Amino acid sequence: MPATYTLIASNTLSSSAASVTFSAIPGTYTDLIIKYSARSDESASNTSLMDVTLNGSSAANYSVTRLRGSGISAASGRTSNQTYLYFGLNNGPSSTSNTFTNGEIYIPNYNGSANKCLSHFSAQENNQTEAYIDTNAGLRSVTDAITSVKLNCNGFNFVSGSSFFLYGIKNS
Amino acid sequence: MEKVIVDCSTGEQTVVPLTPEEIAELEAAAAKAEADRIAAEEAEAAKQAEKEAIAAKLGLTKEELLKLLS
Repeated sequence: MPATYTLIASNTLSSSAASVTFSAIPGTYTDLIIKYSARSDESASNTSLMDVTLNGSSAANYSVTRLRGSGISAASGRTSNQTYLYFGLNNGPSSTSNTFTNGEIYIPNYNGSANKCLSHFSAQENNQTEAYIDTNAGLRSVTDAITSVKLNCNGFNFVSGSSFFLYGIKNS
Repeated sequence: MEKVIVDCSTGEQTVVPLTPEEIAELEAAAAKAEADRIAAEEAEAAKQAEKEAIAAKLGLTKEELLKLLS
């Protein structure tokens, strides 16, 4: 890990939870990175989603471009004027037992005065014929500095053992 | 159901039970996710059926068509 990465906060779930929120994020860095290892309890699912909101807002000003592939099929799409950003969190009860999706959300210039762009990449750990990778471009068309990030399990729960790490980057 | 809040200024981590409103929102989101997944599966099945129909018109099996396109 480069020396410019500073761990701001982390959480490893000791029991399942519907969401994890990092609040009161300091404005002293240039960029933020969230790294996670997580699994959903969405029944019979191998293609779960995680949704993300910034600063506690669910106003319809988020847009996402999504590219996704499983090794067998690929898909791409875009949605605008959404009330949250959604990303692929694929591991669920239909995935190989005790496996997790690992991913990263990168938020550059989170404390600046421009609209907030971010990127996401995740890879599914799965010993089956398909294992998904997801990559996304996200935008919140609001200029406020980001002070909180909520990771929500899209109506379900992140299982116990899921972990989330928030890093700040300086001079990146 | 619970949510976790991590206060980055203090490091304090709080586990908070969801309110009835939040539970209702989650249930609505879960229902939407399920509906979206079923719609996606149906769309994929329709696409596959269309491919197989084209293969049948050409006198090919799906496997032969896939081999030809790979």
